[in-house]
Amino acid sequence: MIDKTFASPDDALHDVADGATIMFGGFVSAGTPSNLILALQRRGTRGITGIANNIGLGDLLDVLCEKRQLAKFVATFAIRASGARKSLFEEQYARGEVALELVPQGTFVERIRAAGAGLGGVLTRTGLGTMAEEGKRIINIDGADYLLELPLRADFAFIKAHRADRMGNLAYRMAGRNFNPAMATAADVVIAEVEQVVEPGEIDPESVGTPGVYVDRVVRCDPVPVRWYG
Amino acid sequence: MAGLSRELIALRVARELREGMVVNLGIGLPTLVSSFLPPGAEILLQAEDGILGYGAISEQDFDPDLINAGGQPVTLLPGASFFDSAASFAMIRGGHVDVAVLGGLEVSERGDLANWYLPERGGGSIGGAMDLACGARRVIVAMTHTARDERPRIRRRCAYPLTAPACVDLIVTDLAVIEVRPEGLLLTEVAPGVDAAFVQARTEAELRLSPGLRQMDL
Repeated sequence: MIDKTFASPDDALHDVADGATIMFGGFVSAGTPSNLILALQRRGTRGITGIANNIGLGDLLDVLCEKRQLAKFVATFAIRASGARKSLFEEQYARGEVALELVPQGTFVERIRAAGAGLGGVLTRTGLGTMAEEGKRIINIDGADYLLELPLRADFAFIKAHRADRMGNLAYRMAGRNFNPAMATAADVVIAEVEQVVEPGEIDPESVGTPGVYVDRVVRCDPVPVRWYG
Repeated sequence: MAGLSRELIALRVARELREGMVVNLGIGLPTLVSSFLPPGAEILLQAEDGILGYGAISEQDFDPDLINAGGQPVTLLPGASFFDSAASFAMIRGGHVDVAVLGGLEVSERGDLANWYLPERGGGSIGGAMDLACGARRVIVAMTHTARDERPRIRRRCAYPLTAPACVDLIVTDLAVIEVRPEGLLLTEVAPGVDAAFVQARTEAELRLSPGLRQMDL
């Protein structure tokens, strides 16, 4: 019998080692694997390269800065041009204690999708003529320039869905999809935090957002109340 | 002090929107546009996090999975749909979004937009701005005409790092409505109590006056 369920988030993270590259699904408060992030904080893993849309914006990822667990972060939104309150990540970045690679959001998800779909990269016009083109190849197709953006993979993906079955099929809820389905395809080990685990067949096959083939571990957790106060 | 409030800038931007349009509203001032949509018109608001057809911002019954791109809780309108980020940005890059309303730090006379990075604060983030600026069929920038220190934001060339070159179609500020044309910037409307000379004095780039130049109808 296929059973991918784990008893706790801490069990599900048992082999996450120092120096790991980890993707985190979620967009601000939506579809964020908060219980897995808190378990990673408890585990104390260091030297992490994190990959997520945002950090320090209602996502709990900022807790990984409390004990300097992050060496590098790849994100679309991490540093605010304004705002009174600074996140720990912003403070550490300003002091040069953590590296940051900023990526346009559409490019971010396509690089992840490319990695999971066996593609060598993607061509996009986004970022041409800006700082985002620095160091990248420009390829001309039928008279139009495009930036070559390379695949983005990870050792682990921590994702969040609403429901799962023991076979790893996932169903999402509302804007909680966001980066989770793409990240589920682009890591060696995919760990899904869900609010409910149901029997196989209870998720309508029409409603499966991520087929179980992509998911290695499932852990049921009560949602952590999260919201961004700007 | 002459010039429109943030709400009136948003109201003027909303006048550009029509029945059936798919519209993305950026973070900050552009978000206010959702309060001034033409009544009765079905306009589909798109949020990068994967919603088409959201409605008013609602602080009641906060649901962490139902937010716009600024993290604000929103309601859903009949006919709304959800999708993942890859689909959301395919929609944006692929030319399926009719209008993006973006905030601005600077716009150049050829429509270059700088809106993500403030060098003097050593910070900023890209988010969805570069994709929206490149991919939306029409880009409207909503911003104050000058910075807090009265430095003009509409310039011959942008000094700040660009979001995208030559992407802006229309600029709506507290003082004026300006179209970006191949031949340069065209002043088409001025705010109540303001004339063309007042606007030009607060604009680094040269403005041509539209033959139909008029006061904004608010």
